[in-house]
Amino acid sequence: MSEFILKARDLNKFYTQRSGRFGFGTTQVKALDNVSLELRHASTLAVVGESGSGKSTLARCLLQLQPLDGGSVFFQGRDLADLPASELRRQRRHLQMIFQDPFASLNPRMKVGDIVEEGLLIHGLGNKDERFEKALKMLKRVGLAESDMNKYPHEFSGGQRQRIGIARALVLEPKVVVCDEPVSALDVSIQAQILLLLKELQREMSLSYVFISHDLRVVRHIADEIAVMHQGKIVETGSIQAVYESPKQQYTQNLLKAIPGQKRHVA
Amino acid sequence: MAELLKIEELTICPANSTSRMLVSNVSFSIEPGKTTCVVGESGSGKSLTALSVMGLLSKQLVRTNGRVLFQGKDLADLSAEEMRKVRGRQIGMIFQEPMTSLNPVLTIGFQIGEPLTVHLGLKGDALKAKVAALLEQVGIPAHRANSYPDELSGGQRQRVMIAMSIACEPLMLIADEPTTALDVTVQAQILSLLDNLKTSMNMGMLLITHDFGVVADVADDVVVMFRGEVVEAGSVSQVLSKPKHPYTKALLDCVPDAEGKKPLKPIDYAWLNNEQVPA
Repeated sequence: MSEFILKARDLNKFYTQRSGRFGFGTTQVKALDNVSLELRHASTLAVVGESGSGKSTLARCLLQLQPLDGGSVFFQGRDLADLPASELRRQRRHLQMIFQDPFASLNPRMKVGDIVEEGLLIHGLGNKDERFEKALKMLKRVGLAESDMNKYPHEFSGGQRQRIGIARALVLEPKVVVCDEPVSALDVSIQAQILLLLKELQREMSLSYVFISHDLRVVRHIADEIAVMHQGKIVETGSIQAVYESPKQQYTQNLLKAIPGQKRHVA
Repeated sequence: MAELLKIEELTICPANSTSRMLVSNVSFSIEPGKTTCVVGESGSGKSLTALSVMGLLSKQLVRTNGRVLFQGKDLADLSAEEMRKVRGRQIGMIFQEPMTSLNPVLTIGFQIGEPLTVHLGLKGDALKAKVAALLEQVGIPAHRANSYPDELSGGQRQRVMIAMSIACEPLMLIADEPTTALDVTVQAQILSLLDNLKTSMNMGMLLITHDFGVVADVADDVVVMFRGEVVEAGSVSQVLSKPKHPYTKALLDCVPDAEGKKPLKPIDYAWLNNEQVPA
Protein backbone atom coordinates (compact mmCIF):
# COMPACT_ATOMS: atom_id res chain seq x y z
CA MET A 1 0.00 0.00 0.00
CA SER A 2 1.29 3.42 -0.87
CA GLU A 3 1.71 6.05 1.79
CA PHE A 4 -1.26 7.95 0.35
CA ILE A 5 -4.56 6.48 1.44
CA LEU A 6 -6.75 8.87 -0.53
CA LYS A 7 -5.85 10.66 -3.74
CA ALA A 8 -7.94 13.01 -5.81
CA ARG A 9 -7.00 13.77 -9.41
CA ASP A 10 -8.29 16.76 -11.37
CA LEU A 11 -11.70 16.90 -9.73
CA ASN A 12 -14.20 19.07 -11.54
CA LYS A 13 -17.67 19.97 -10.44
CA PHE A 14 -20.01 22.51 -12.00
CA TYR A 15 -23.24 23.90 -10.72
CA THR A 16 -25.71 25.30 -13.21
CA GLN A 17 -27.28 28.54 -12.19
CA ARG A 18 -30.22 30.31 -13.74
CA SER A 19 -29.29 33.74 -14.90
CA GLY A 20 -30.38 36.59 -17.08
CA ARG A 21 -33.85 38.02 -17.37
CA PHE A 22 -36.51 35.72 -15.85
CA GLY A 23 -33.83 33.05 -15.39
CA PHE A 24 -34.07 31.80 -18.96
CA GLY A 25 -30.33 31.73 -19.37
CA THR A 26 -27.93 29.48 -17.51
CA THR A 27 -24.40 30.02 -16.36
CA GLN A 28 -22.04 27.47 -14.97
CA VAL A 29 -20.31 27.99 -11.67
CA LYS A 30 -17.12 26.05 -11.25
CA ALA A 31 -17.25 24.76 -7.69
CA LEU A 32 -14.23 22.53 -8.21
CA ASP A 33 -11.71 23.45 -10.87
CA ASN A 34 -9.09 20.75 -11.46
CA VAL A 35 -8.62 20.01 -7.78
CA SER A 36 -5.98 17.43 -6.91
CA LEU A 37 -4.88 16.40 -3.47
CA GLU A 38 -3.25 13.58 -1.59
CA LEU A 39 -3.95 12.41 1.94
CA ARG A 40 -1.18 10.58 3.76
CA HIS A 41 -1.99 7.58 5.92
CA ALA A 42 -2.72 8.52 9.56
CA SER A 43 -2.25 12.23 8.97
CA THR A 44 -4.48 15.28 8.71
CA LEU A 45 -4.91 17.35 5.59
CA ALA A 46 -6.68 20.64 6.18
CA VAL A 47 -8.63 22.35 3.43
CA VAL A 48 -9.15 26.02 4.17
CA GLY A 49 -10.93 28.78 2.31
CA GLU A 50 -13.74 31.29 2.59
CA SER A 51 -17.44 30.60 2.13
CA GLY A 52 -18.10 29.67 -1.46
CA SER A 53 -14.56 28.53 -2.17
CA GLY A 54 -15.78 24.99 -2.82
CA LYS A 55 -14.48 23.27 0.30
CA SER A 56 -17.74 21.59 1.25
CA THR A 57 -18.33 20.50 -2.34
CA LEU A 58 -14.88 18.95 -2.24
CA ALA A 59 -15.75 17.09 0.97
CA ARG A 60 -18.90 15.62 -0.55
CA CYS A 61 -17.22 14.75 -3.83
CA LEU A 62 -14.34 12.97 -2.11
CA LEU A 63 -16.83 10.61 -0.47
CA GLN A 64 -18.89 10.20 -3.64
CA LEU A 65 -21.88 11.78 -1.96
CA GLN A 66 -22.17 13.98 -5.02
CA PRO A 67 -21.39 12.93 -8.59
CA LEU A 68 -18.27 14.45 -10.12
CA ASP A 69 -18.17 16.15 -13.51
CA GLY A 70 -14.61 15.06 -14.06
CA GLY A 71 -11.59 13.54 -12.37
CA SER A 72 -11.30 10.58 -10.03
CA VAL A 73 -10.90 9.75 -6.39
CA PHE A 74 -8.62 6.86 -5.49
CA PHE A 75 -9.05 5.15 -2.14
CA GLN A 76 -6.23 2.72 -1.38
CA GLY A 77 -5.36 2.80 -5.06
CA ARG A 78 -8.86 1.98 -6.36
CA ASP A 79 -10.92 4.47 -8.33
CA LEU A 80 -14.16 4.87 -6.38
CA ALA A 81 -16.09 5.82 -9.51
CA ASP A 82 -15.21 2.46 -11.14
CA LEU A 83 -16.55 0.39 -8.27
CA PRO A 84 -19.94 -1.27 -8.67
CA ALA A 85 -22.61 0.24 -6.41
CA SER A 86 -22.57 -2.67 -3.97
CA GLU A 87 -18.79 -2.57 -3.63
CA LEU A 88 -18.85 1.21 -3.17
CA ARG A 89 -21.37 0.75 -0.38
CA ARG A 90 -19.04 -1.73 1.30
CA GLN A 91 -16.15 0.70 0.96
CA ARG A 92 -18.16 3.49 2.57
CA ARG A 93 -17.54 1.81 5.90
CA HIS A 94 -13.96 3.04 5.58
CA LEU A 95 -14.94 6.53 4.41
CA GLN A 96 -16.89 8.41 7.03
CA MET A 97 -17.92 11.99 7.54
CA ILE A 98 -18.39 14.31 10.53
CA PHE A 99 -20.71 17.19 9.78
CA GLN A 100 -20.64 20.83 10.76
CA ASP A 101 -24.06 21.30 12.27
CA PRO A 102 -24.55 19.00 15.25
CA PHE A 103 -28.20 20.10 15.39
CA ALA A 104 -29.15 19.18 11.83
CA SER A 105 -27.10 16.04 11.29
CA LEU A 106 -28.70 13.76 13.89
CA ASN A 107 -32.15 12.26 13.34
CA PRO A 108 -34.33 13.79 16.09
CA ARG A 109 -36.60 10.73 16.22
CA MET A 110 -33.85 8.20 16.84
CA LYS A 111 -32.29 7.35 20.16
CA VAL A 112 -28.59 8.03 20.42
CA GLY A 113 -27.78 4.35 20.82
CA ASP A 114 -29.65 3.54 17.61
CA ILE A 115 -27.96 6.39 15.74
CA VAL A 116 -24.54 5.02 16.59
CA GLU A 117 -25.54 1.39 15.98
CA GLU A 118 -27.17 2.04 12.62
CA GLY A 119 -23.94 2.01 10.63
CA LEU A 120 -23.01 -1.37 12.10
CA LEU A 121 -26.46 -2.68 11.22
CA ILE A 122 -26.24 -1.46 7.63
CA HIS A 123 -22.83 -2.98 7.13
CA GLY A 124 -23.95 -6.22 8.81
CA LEU A 125 -21.23 -6.11 11.43
CA GLY A 126 -21.75 -8.37 14.42
CA ASN A 127 -24.94 -9.59 16.07
CA LYS A 128 -27.28 -7.56 18.22
CA ASP A 129 -25.24 -7.85 21.41
CA GLU A 130 -21.95 -7.15 19.69
CA ARG A 131 -23.39 -4.08 18.00
CA PHE A 132 -24.68 -2.79 21.30
CA GLU A 133 -21.33 -3.41 22.98
CA LYS A 134 -19.45 -1.65 20.19
CA ALA A 135 -21.74 1.36 20.17
CA LEU A 136 -21.53 1.60 23.95
CA LYS A 137 -17.75 1.40 23.92
CA MET A 138 -17.53 4.11 21.27
CA LEU A 139 -19.97 6.40 23.10
CA LYS A 140 -18.00 5.95 26.30
CA ARG A 141 -14.80 6.69 24.42
CA VAL A 142 -16.14 10.05 23.21
CA GLY A 143 -17.22 10.95 26.72
CA LEU A 144 -20.88 9.91 26.96
CA ALA A 145 -22.47 7.47 29.40
CA GLU A 146 -24.46 4.27 28.96
CA SER A 147 -27.62 6.01 30.15
CA ASP A 148 -27.26 8.44 27.23
CA MET A 149 -28.01 5.66 24.74
CA ASN A 150 -31.72 5.87 25.44
CA LYS A 151 -31.90 9.63 25.09
CA TYR A 152 -32.81 11.65 22.01
CA PRO A 153 -30.48 14.18 20.35
CA HIS A 154 -32.42 17.21 21.61
CA GLU A 155 -31.49 16.30 25.17
CA PHE A 156 -27.85 17.10 24.48
CA SER A 157 -25.79 20.27 24.15
CA GLY A 158 -24.01 21.23 20.93
CA GLY A 159 -20.68 19.80 22.06
CA GLN A 160 -22.27 16.52 23.19
CA ARG A 161 -24.12 16.22 19.88
CA GLN A 162 -20.86 16.66 18.04
CA ARG A 163 -19.48 13.81 20.19
CA ILE A 164 -22.42 11.66 19.09
CA GLY A 165 -21.64 12.55 15.46
CA ILE A 166 -18.03 11.50 16.02
CA ALA A 167 -19.08 8.23 17.65
CA ARG A 168 -21.42 7.49 14.74
CA ALA A 169 -18.61 8.00 12.23
CA LEU A 170 -15.92 6.14 14.14
CA VAL A 171 -17.86 3.11 15.36
CA LEU A 172 -17.30 1.59 11.91
CA GLU A 173 -13.53 1.85 12.40
CA PRO A 174 -13.08 3.84 9.20
CA LYS A 175 -9.77 4.64 7.56
CA VAL A 176 -10.59 8.09 6.21
CA VAL A 177 -12.78 10.62 7.99
CA VAL A 178 -13.81 13.83 6.27
CA CYS A 179 -14.58 16.45 8.92
CA ASP A 180 -16.57 19.34 7.43
CA GLU A 181 -16.15 22.29 9.83
CA PRO A 182 -16.61 20.03 12.87
CA VAL A 183 -16.00 22.76 15.45
CA SER A 184 -17.27 25.92 13.74
CA ALA A 185 -20.61 25.82 15.53
CA LEU A 186 -19.06 25.35 18.98
CA ASP A 187 -17.82 27.63 21.76
CA VAL A 188 -14.04 27.99 22.13
CA SER A 189 -13.92 25.88 25.28
CA ILE A 190 -15.96 23.06 23.70
CA GLN A 191 -13.98 23.47 20.49
CA ALA A 192 -10.75 22.70 22.34
CA GLN A 193 -12.28 19.54 23.85
CA ILE A 194 -13.48 18.26 20.49
CA LEU A 195 -10.18 19.03 18.74
CA LEU A 196 -8.24 17.15 21.40
CA LEU A 197 -10.68 14.24 21.19
CA LEU A 198 -10.24 14.07 17.40
CA LYS A 199 -6.46 14.10 17.80
CA GLU A 200 -6.50 11.31 20.42
CA LEU A 201 -8.81 9.16 18.33
CA GLN A 202 -6.58 9.67 15.31
CA ARG A 203 -3.63 8.30 17.24
CA GLU A 204 -5.57 5.35 18.71
CA MET A 205 -7.28 4.28 15.50
CA SER A 206 -4.66 5.56 12.98
CA LEU A 207 -7.28 7.60 11.19
CA SER A 208 -6.60 9.86 8.24
CA TYR A 209 -8.50 13.13 8.35
CA VAL A 210 -9.52 15.59 5.68
CA PHE A 211 -10.29 18.59 7.87
CA ILE A 212 -12.38 21.30 6.23
CA SER A 213 -12.28 24.63 8.05
CA HIS A 214 -12.23 28.36 7.64
CA ASP A 215 -10.50 28.91 10.97
CA LEU A 216 -6.77 29.08 10.46
CA ARG A 217 -6.07 29.01 14.18
CA VAL A 218 -7.84 25.68 14.55
CA VAL A 219 -6.13 24.24 11.48
CA ARG A 220 -2.71 25.12 12.83
CA HIS A 221 -3.38 22.90 15.82
CA ILE A 222 -4.78 19.85 14.12
CA ALA A 223 -3.34 19.51 10.63
CA ASP A 224 -0.07 18.21 9.22
CA GLU A 225 -0.62 19.52 5.73
CA ILE A 226 -2.80 22.25 4.33
CA ALA A 227 -4.48 23.06 1.02
CA VAL A 228 -5.79 26.59 0.51
CA MET A 229 -8.86 26.86 -1.73
CA HIS A 230 -10.04 29.97 -3.53
CA GLN A 231 -12.87 30.05 -6.07
CA GLY A 232 -12.83 26.31 -6.68
CA LYS A 233 -9.07 26.05 -7.15
CA ILE A 234 -6.36 24.94 -4.79
CA VAL A 235 -4.01 27.91 -4.76
CA GLU A 236 -1.40 26.66 -2.33
CA THR A 237 -0.45 23.39 -0.63
CA GLY A 238 2.29 22.39 1.72
CA SER A 239 3.18 21.39 5.23
CA ILE A 240 1.53 23.43 7.96
CA GLN A 241 4.80 24.95 9.00
CA ALA A 242 5.84 25.98 5.49
CA VAL A 243 2.50 27.56 4.59
CA TYR A 244 2.07 29.43 7.90
CA GLU A 245 5.61 30.68 8.09
CA SER A 246 6.24 31.57 4.47
CA PRO A 247 3.00 31.67 2.48
CA LYS A 248 3.77 32.05 -1.22
CA GLN A 249 0.43 33.21 -2.57
CA GLN A 250 -1.00 36.65 -1.93
CA TYR A 251 -4.37 35.05 -1.14
CA THR A 252 -2.88 32.87 1.60
CA GLN A 253 -1.06 35.87 3.03
CA ASN A 254 -4.33 37.81 3.20
CA LEU A 255 -6.07 34.91 4.94
CA LEU A 256 -3.31 34.68 7.52
CA LYS A 257 -3.41 38.43 8.09
CA ALA A 258 -7.13 38.25 8.81
CA ILE A 259 -6.69 35.96 11.83
CA PRO A 260 -7.97 37.97 14.79
CA GLY A 261 -5.72 38.75 17.70
CA GLN A 262 -2.72 40.05 15.80
CA LYS A 263 -3.33 43.77 15.64
CA ARG A 264 -2.08 44.47 19.08
CA HIS A 265 0.61 42.28 20.42
CA VAL A 266 -0.50 40.57 23.58
CA ALA A 267 2.09 38.48 25.36
CA MET B 1 -14.50 60.62 31.89
CA ALA B 2 -18.18 60.37 32.63
CA GLU B 3 -19.71 56.96 32.01
CA LEU B 4 -22.14 56.64 29.16
CA LEU B 5 -23.69 53.46 30.44
CA LYS B 6 -23.49 52.09 33.92
CA ILE B 7 -24.79 48.68 34.88
CA GLU B 8 -25.12 48.17 38.63
CA GLU B 9 -25.71 44.82 40.30
CA LEU B 10 -27.91 43.62 37.48
CA THR B 11 -29.67 40.35 38.31
CA ILE B 12 -31.96 38.50 35.93
CA CYS B 13 -34.11 35.47 36.82
CA PRO B 14 -36.76 33.39 35.08
CA ALA B 15 -40.15 34.86 36.06
CA ASN B 16 -41.36 31.57 37.51
CA SER B 17 -38.33 30.76 39.68
CA THR B 18 -36.70 33.86 41.03
CA SER B 19 -34.13 31.92 43.00
CA ARG B 20 -32.36 30.72 39.84
CA MET B 21 -30.16 33.59 38.76
CA LEU B 22 -29.25 33.67 35.07
CA VAL B 23 -27.36 36.91 35.49
CA SER B 24 -26.28 37.79 38.99
CA ASN B 25 -24.85 41.02 40.37
CA VAL B 26 -23.31 42.17 37.12
CA SER B 27 -21.75 45.62 37.24
CA PHE B 28 -19.63 47.41 34.66
CA SER B 29 -19.63 50.67 32.74
CA ILE B 30 -18.94 51.97 29.27
CA GLU B 31 -17.31 55.27 28.35
CA PRO B 32 -17.84 57.24 25.14
CA GLY B 33 -15.33 56.37 22.41
CA LYS B 34 -14.33 53.15 24.18
CA THR B 35 -15.08 49.52 23.42
CA THR B 36 -15.97 47.17 26.23
CA CYS B 37 -15.98 43.48 25.31
CA VAL B 38 -18.09 41.01 27.27
CA VAL B 39 -16.56 37.55 26.90
CA GLY B 40 -17.97 34.22 27.99
CA GLU B 41 -19.24 30.86 26.83
CA SER B 42 -22.79 30.04 25.75
CA GLY B 43 -25.12 30.40 28.68
CA SER B 44 -22.83 32.72 30.62
CA GLY B 45 -25.44 35.49 30.48
CA LYS B 46 -23.64 37.86 28.14
CA SER B 47 -26.49 38.22 25.65
CA LEU B 48 -29.08 38.56 28.42
CA THR B 49 -27.09 41.44 29.86
CA ALA B 50 -27.12 43.20 26.49
CA LEU B 51 -30.81 42.54 25.89
CA SER B 52 -31.74 43.92 29.28
CA VAL B 53 -29.92 47.17 28.49
CA MET B 54 -32.15 47.53 25.45
CA GLY B 55 -35.25 46.52 27.42
CA LEU B 56 -35.69 43.57 25.10
CA LEU B 57 -35.80 40.76 27.66
CA SER B 58 -38.50 38.19 26.95
CA LYS B 59 -41.52 38.20 29.25
CA GLN B 60 -40.44 34.95 30.88
CA LEU B 61 -37.44 36.73 32.36
CA VAL B 62 -37.45 39.41 35.01
CA ARG B 63 -34.88 41.81 36.34
CA THR B 64 -34.99 41.22 40.09
CA ASN B 65 -32.26 43.60 41.12
CA GLY B 66 -29.94 46.30 39.91
CA ARG B 67 -30.04 49.31 37.67
CA VAL B 68 -29.05 50.20 34.13
CA LEU B 69 -28.10 53.86 33.99
CA PHE B 70 -27.76 55.48 30.57
CA GLN B 71 -26.31 58.99 30.86
CA GLY B 72 -27.23 58.87 34.52
CA LYS B 73 -30.89 57.98 33.93
CA ASP B 74 -32.32 54.62 34.98
CA LEU B 75 -33.71 53.01 31.84
CA ALA B 76 -36.25 51.06 33.90
CA ASP B 77 -37.96 54.31 34.93
CA LEU B 78 -38.76 55.15 31.32
CA SER B 79 -42.20 54.47 29.92
CA ALA B 80 -42.50 52.15 26.94
CA GLU B 81 -42.86 55.19 24.70
CA GLU B 82 -39.76 56.89 26.10
CA MET B 83 -37.78 53.66 25.86
CA ARG B 84 -38.69 53.47 22.17
CA LYS B 85 -37.08 56.84 21.67
CA VAL B 86 -33.86 55.61 23.23
CA ARG B 87 -33.80 52.35 21.30
CA GLY B 88 -32.36 52.87 17.83
CA ARG B 89 -31.96 56.61 18.41
CA GLN B 90 -29.49 56.72 21.28
CA ILE B 91 -28.52 53.07 21.58
CA GLY B 92 -28.10 51.02 18.42
CA MET B 93 -27.95 47.26 18.34
CA ILE B 94 -26.41 44.76 15.93
CA PHE B 95 -27.44 41.13 16.16
CA GLN B 96 -25.46 38.00 15.48
CA GLU B 97 -27.40 36.53 12.60
CA PRO B 98 -27.37 38.82 9.59
CA MET B 99 -29.47 36.24 7.75
CA THR B 100 -32.44 36.30 10.08
CA SER B 101 -32.43 39.80 11.48
CA LEU B 102 -33.31 41.57 8.22
CA ASN B 103 -36.82 41.55 6.75
CA PRO B 104 -36.65 39.52 3.52
CA VAL B 105 -39.52 41.32 1.77
CA LEU B 106 -38.27 44.89 2.19
CA THR B 107 -35.37 46.50 0.33
CA ILE B 108 -32.29 47.26 2.38
CA GLY B 109 -32.70 50.96 1.54
CA PHE B 110 -36.14 50.94 3.14
CA GLN B 111 -34.87 49.11 6.22
CA ILE B 112 -31.97 51.49 6.71
CA GLY B 113 -34.29 54.47 6.18
CA GLU B 114 -36.95 53.30 8.63
CA PRO B 115 -35.24 54.46 11.85
CA LEU B 116 -34.48 57.80 10.15
CA THR B 117 -38.17 58.32 9.40
CA VAL B 118 -39.35 57.13 12.79
CA HIS B 119 -36.85 58.99 14.95
CA LEU B 120 -35.83 62.00 12.88
CA GLY B 121 -38.81 62.43 10.54
CA LEU B 122 -36.65 62.29 7.43
CA LYS B 123 -38.59 61.92 4.14
CA GLY B 124 -38.22 62.00 0.37
CA ASP B 125 -34.94 63.11 -1.17
CA ALA B 126 -33.32 63.95 2.17
CA LEU B 127 -34.01 60.37 3.31
CA LYS B 128 -32.67 58.91 0.08
CA ALA B 129 -29.50 60.97 0.30
CA LYS B 130 -28.91 59.95 3.92
CA VAL B 131 -29.46 56.24 3.14
CA ALA B 132 -27.01 56.50 0.23
CA ALA B 133 -24.46 58.18 2.49
CA LEU B 134 -24.88 55.46 5.14
CA LEU B 135 -24.42 52.69 2.58
CA GLU B 136 -21.22 54.34 1.35
CA GLN B 137 -20.08 54.71 4.93
CA VAL B 138 -20.33 50.96 5.54
CA GLY B 139 -18.78 50.14 2.18
CA ILE B 140 -21.76 49.15 0.03
CA PRO B 141 -22.33 50.96 -3.30
CA ALA B 142 -25.30 53.34 -2.91
CA HIS B 143 -27.18 51.86 -5.88
CA ARG B 144 -27.66 48.64 -3.90
CA ALA B 145 -30.32 50.43 -1.81
CA ASN B 146 -32.98 48.73 -3.93
CA SER B 147 -31.60 45.23 -3.32
CA TYR B 148 -33.32 42.71 -1.09
CA PRO B 149 -31.42 40.96 1.70
CA ASP B 150 -31.25 37.65 -0.19
CA GLU B 151 -29.26 39.35 -2.96
CA LEU B 152 -26.45 40.18 -0.56
CA SER B 153 -23.67 38.09 0.95
CA GLY B 154 -23.40 37.50 4.69
CA GLY B 155 -20.78 40.20 5.12
CA GLN B 156 -22.84 42.71 3.15
CA ARG B 157 -25.92 41.92 5.23
CA GLN B 158 -23.94 42.55 8.38
CA ARG B 159 -22.85 45.87 6.87
CA VAL B 160 -26.52 46.69 6.27
CA MET B 161 -27.25 45.86 9.92
CA ILE B 162 -24.46 48.23 10.94
CA ALA B 163 -25.80 50.97 8.66
CA MET B 164 -29.25 50.57 10.27
CA SER B 165 -27.89 50.70 13.77
CA ILE B 166 -25.76 53.82 13.21
CA ALA B 167 -28.36 55.60 11.04
CA CYS B 168 -29.49 57.92 13.85
CA GLU B 169 -25.94 58.43 15.11
CA PRO B 170 -26.49 56.72 18.45
CA LEU B 171 -24.32 57.49 21.45
CA MET B 172 -23.84 53.82 22.08
CA LEU B 173 -23.73 50.67 19.99
CA ILE B 174 -24.38 47.16 21.27
CA ALA B 175 -23.03 44.41 19.02
CA ASP B 176 -23.99 40.85 19.99
CA GLU B 177 -21.47 38.50 18.35
CA PRO B 178 -21.50 40.55 15.14
CA THR B 179 -18.90 38.45 13.34
CA THR B 180 -19.50 34.93 14.62
CA ALA B 181 -21.37 33.89 11.48
CA LEU B 182 -18.75 35.34 9.12
CA ASP B 183 -15.53 34.23 7.44
CA VAL B 184 -12.19 35.35 8.89
CA THR B 185 -11.43 37.86 6.15
CA VAL B 186 -14.93 39.35 6.28
CA GLN B 187 -14.74 39.33 10.07
CA ALA B 188 -11.55 41.40 9.94
CA GLN B 189 -13.25 43.91 7.62
CA ILE B 190 -16.36 44.22 9.80
CA LEU B 191 -14.33 44.65 12.98
CA SER B 192 -12.19 47.40 11.52
CA LEU B 193 -15.33 49.09 10.16
CA LEU B 194 -16.89 49.02 13.65
CA ASP B 195 -13.66 50.28 15.17
CA ASN B 196 -13.43 53.19 12.72
CA LEU B 197 -17.08 54.16 13.21
CA LYS B 198 -16.66 54.07 16.97
CA THR B 199 -13.72 56.44 16.75
CA SER B 200 -15.19 58.82 14.16
CA MET B 201 -18.59 59.05 15.90
CA ASN B 202 -17.16 58.83 19.43
CA MET B 203 -19.61 56.05 20.28
CA GLY B 204 -19.39 53.84 23.30
CA MET B 205 -19.41 50.24 22.16
CA LEU B 206 -20.51 47.10 23.98
CA LEU B 207 -19.23 44.12 22.02
CA ILE B 208 -20.26 40.61 22.96
CA THR B 209 -18.04 37.81 21.78
CA HIS B 210 -16.54 34.49 22.76
CA ASP B 211 -13.41 35.00 20.70
CA PHE B 212 -10.37 36.32 22.53
CA GLY B 213 -8.74 37.12 19.21
CA VAL B 214 -11.50 39.64 18.53
CA VAL B 215 -11.08 41.00 22.05
CA ALA B 216 -7.36 41.52 21.55
CA ASP B 217 -7.99 43.44 18.34
CA VAL B 218 -10.75 45.86 19.31
CA ALA B 219 -11.37 46.03 23.06
CA ASP B 220 -10.31 48.74 25.47
CA ASP B 221 -11.87 47.06 28.48
CA VAL B 222 -12.86 43.44 29.02
CA VAL B 223 -15.55 41.87 31.19
CA VAL B 224 -15.35 38.09 31.58
CA MET B 225 -18.60 36.34 32.48
CA PHE B 226 -19.03 32.81 33.78
CA ARG B 227 -22.33 31.22 34.88
CA GLY B 228 -24.07 34.58 35.06
CA GLU B 229 -21.42 36.35 37.06
CA VAL B 230 -18.62 38.72 36.22
CA VAL B 231 -15.48 36.86 37.26
CA GLU B 232 -12.99 39.41 36.04
CA ALA B 233 -13.00 42.91 34.57
CA GLY B 234 -10.22 45.25 33.59
CA SER B 235 -8.27 46.77 30.74
CA VAL B 236 -7.57 44.56 27.74
CA SER B 237 -3.82 44.39 28.41
CA GLN B 238 -4.32 43.44 32.05
CA VAL B 239 -6.93 40.73 31.42
CA LEU B 240 -5.17 39.16 28.44
CA SER B 241 -1.62 39.20 29.73
CA LYS B 242 -2.13 38.98 33.49
CA PRO B 243 -5.46 37.24 34.06
CA LYS B 244 -6.28 36.99 37.76
CA HIS B 245 -9.20 34.62 37.79
CA PRO B 246 -8.65 30.88 37.11
CA TYR B 247 -11.60 30.86 34.72
CA THR B 248 -10.11 33.63 32.60
CA LYS B 249 -6.84 31.72 32.47
CA ALA B 250 -8.64 28.52 31.49
CA LEU B 251 -10.67 30.30 28.81
CA LEU B 252 -7.51 31.87 27.36
CA ASP B 253 -5.82 28.46 27.34
CA CYS B 254 -8.44 26.90 25.12
CA VAL B 255 -8.15 29.52 22.38
CA PRO B 256 -5.97 28.13 19.60
CA ASP B 257 -3.11 30.54 18.89
CA ALA B 258 -2.10 31.41 15.34
CA GLU B 259 1.49 30.25 15.87
CA GLY B 260 0.41 26.80 17.04
CA LYS B 261 2.98 26.83 19.84
CA LYS B 262 0.68 26.72 22.83
CA PRO B 263 -0.97 23.35 23.48
CA LEU B 264 -4.76 23.39 23.56
CA LYS B 265 -6.19 22.92 27.02
CA PRO B 266 -9.92 22.44 27.48
CA ILE B 267 -11.53 23.92 30.58
CA ASP B 268 -11.58 21.57 33.53
CA TYR B 269 -14.85 22.57 35.17
CA ALA B 270 -14.45 20.22 38.12
CA TRP B 271 -11.13 21.83 38.92
CA LEU B 272 -12.67 25.28 38.57
CA ASN B 273 -15.34 24.43 41.11
CA ASN B 274 -12.75 23.43 43.69
CA GLU B 275 -10.42 26.30 43.00
CA GLN B 276 -10.37 29.06 45.57
CA VAL B 277 -11.85 32.00 43.73
CA PRO B 278 -10.15 35.29 44.54
CA ALA B 279 -12.60 37.95 45.62
